[in-house]
Amino acid sequence: MSILIEQSACAGCGSCAEVCPGNLIKRRPDGTAYLKHPEECWGCASCLKECRHEAISYFLGADIGGRGNLMQTKSQGDLQTWIIRRRGADPITITVDRRNANKY
Amino acid sequence: MKQKTLTTDLLIIGGGTAGCYAAITAARQAPDLRILVVEKANIKRSGCLAAGVNAINAYITQGQTTKDYLEFVRWDAEGIIRDDLVLSMAGEFNEATADLETMGLVIQKDAQGNYVSRGKQNIKINGENIKPILARQVKQFENVTVLNHVNITDYLTQDGRVCGAVGFSVHTETAYVIAARGVLCATGGAAGLYRPNNPGFSRHKMWYPPFNTGAGYAMGIRAGAEMTSFEMRFVAQRCKDTIAPTGTIALGVGAKEINGLGEVYEKKYGLSTSGRAYGTTNEAHEGRGPCYLRTEGCTSEQDQDLLRAYLNMAPSQTLKWLESGKLPSQQNVEVEGTEPYIVGGHTGSGYWVDSQRRTTLRGLYAAGDVAGGAPKKFVTGALAEGKLAALAFLEDQNTLPPLSDQALSQAAKPVLETYEAHLSQKENTGYDVFQLEEAMQKVMDEYAGGIRTAYRYNARQLALARERIGLLTDLAGRLRAEDMDDLVHIFELRERLVVCQSLIAHLLDRKETRWPGFGVNTDYPEKDAACEYYVNSKLVDGKIQVFHRPLVKGEVSYEHSH
Repeated sequence: MSILIEQSACAGCGSCAEVCPGNLIKRRPDGTAYLKHPEECWGCASCLKECRHEAISYFLGADIGGRGNLMQTKSQGDLQTWIIRRRGADPITITVDRRNANKY
Repeated sequence: MKQKTLTTDLLIIGGGTAGCYAAITAARQAPDLRILVVEKANIKRSGCLAAGVNAINAYITQGQTTKDYLEFVRWDAEGIIRDDLVLSMAGEFNEATADLETMGLVIQKDAQGNYVSRGKQNIKINGENIKPILARQVKQFENVTVLNHVNITDYLTQDGRVCGAVGFSVHTETAYVIAARGVLCATGGAAGLYRPNNPGFSRHKMWYPPFNTGAGYAMGIRAGAEMTSFEMRFVAQRCKDTIAPTGTIALGVGAKEINGLGEVYEKKYGLSTSGRAYGTTNEAHEGRGPCYLRTEGCTSEQDQDLLRAYLNMAPSQTLKWLESGKLPSQQNVEVEGTEPYIVGGHTGSGYWVDSQRRTTLRGLYAAGDVAGGAPKKFVTGALAEGKLAALAFLEDQNTLPPLSDQALSQAAKPVLETYEAHLSQKENTGYDVFQLEEAMQKVMDEYAGGIRTAYRYNARQLALARERIGLLTDLAGRLRAEDMDDLVHIFELRERLVVCQSLIAHLLDRKETRWPGFGVNTDYPEKDAACEYYVNSKLVDGKIQVFHRPLVKGEVSYEHSH
């Protein structure tokens, strides 16, 4: 379970490092974020939700069935949009409205 | 190492669900009280609800009573519960839920404005942002201070009373010595004691947070607090690989558990939490795996709803469905048992508390996953206990005078010396903290009833586990920390080793198999009516003493006699 932080997209704001429940995200001298122990990531997606620059992607390790696709998310008001970027296929987008409860 | 000394009235350790609500309760009741919440990460996204939660699983729905909830918990836990604790938390469920809604939690309602239930005890919510909601509320109170990114490792005690705690910053070489009139422990349970389901790259893809390492249990054990029911471990049936919850699939689309032969097996094992876990692991153990939740044939609308529901609590499962190209309607969801956790929010493990959540150490209160005797707390039970523990402190506070500065620094000295010892350790054992963690998990997995043995153990294996955990404890005490990150990991390992020792002692003592899904004692494979008691323990002169207490039942409330 882990995340990828794209250094060129990272604005160095530190908000992902601030919320990681495992304190796993550290910062380089220029402020950009990196994941110190990728195998220690829980996969909670807190950092993805916090990042305003879409610099963080989420993936499943090959040991748990991952196939190399990446998931990102962005917030707009009450809407949380998740984008699954697939290799060789169109991306899938799912939007969840925070004002609606789960049906289950 | 730099040192900062802080003084407060109520110190809350751990800013998860229970800790946040304890702070909110105390702040509302006593606007002049100084409250300090200390959290290892950041209360906005810390603890087991970091990713969110998609139901309130403990709610008294229309036509139900708190006694119905008590009977449900008693049945599920095979009788080893504290009636007084379960009843008092159940009495708070609905008020706490209404409070959460006022704070901004979205709860599904019908046309008449009533909450929509999902079974007898559950209501449907959108809880993706439950932690940000709680954190925002905590920060509205001027008398609450939140100290994020500080890892507390030890209580400060004097003459058996807890009067503060010591910890360190996870970022900078700074130690914190905190004096408090009372301390409320709300740190959570323990994951990572056993080799996890995915022991390689995805080793932290577990259900319970890998960052909940049993700090609160370990601090209490070392300080001599009485603990209860550690042998009642929690093994849950979860989605294979992602270890995501299964209740949403089972309750949401009514999926039955089936084995690899397509047979529905729930009738053989029963529908209790332990029964479900046992069914899933035993069917596979006896060669009829893999086991599934039968989702094939559900509607495409249900597919879409499941994808959304999991994004709100376990996004890895949604990604898994989409990556595989097969949605639940097209492929049954494979399930497996988790590594064993110690978690008082689901089973009975934790501090032995009185009816108001006072521990056996004066000045120390416990709430949520660290508090024992009250299984099936879920979110609302953690809120309830945070509230009750905070109210107990408010009742006691005038009998808890602050400690003198001299006594404080004297109590903190040995702990601070331990930090320095790890940071300045010259002798190299040749091992790093991750190697010792792996060694601990291997010992527990093979000798103390982990996944490797299909949760089976016996006294000979447990004796080996005890010996090897002892050896690893010695090695862990000599680990060298290169930086604060290392120091956090070293203390997490040391906490887990303390919990392992207590857990082994408890497993050895219960000479029966009461919860086969949580573990099978192969020396005593049946339930024994003579074992209807609590197994409790405390550390006396460096040795774990184990003893029994009679069940607290009916209208009786248990109170400490000291």
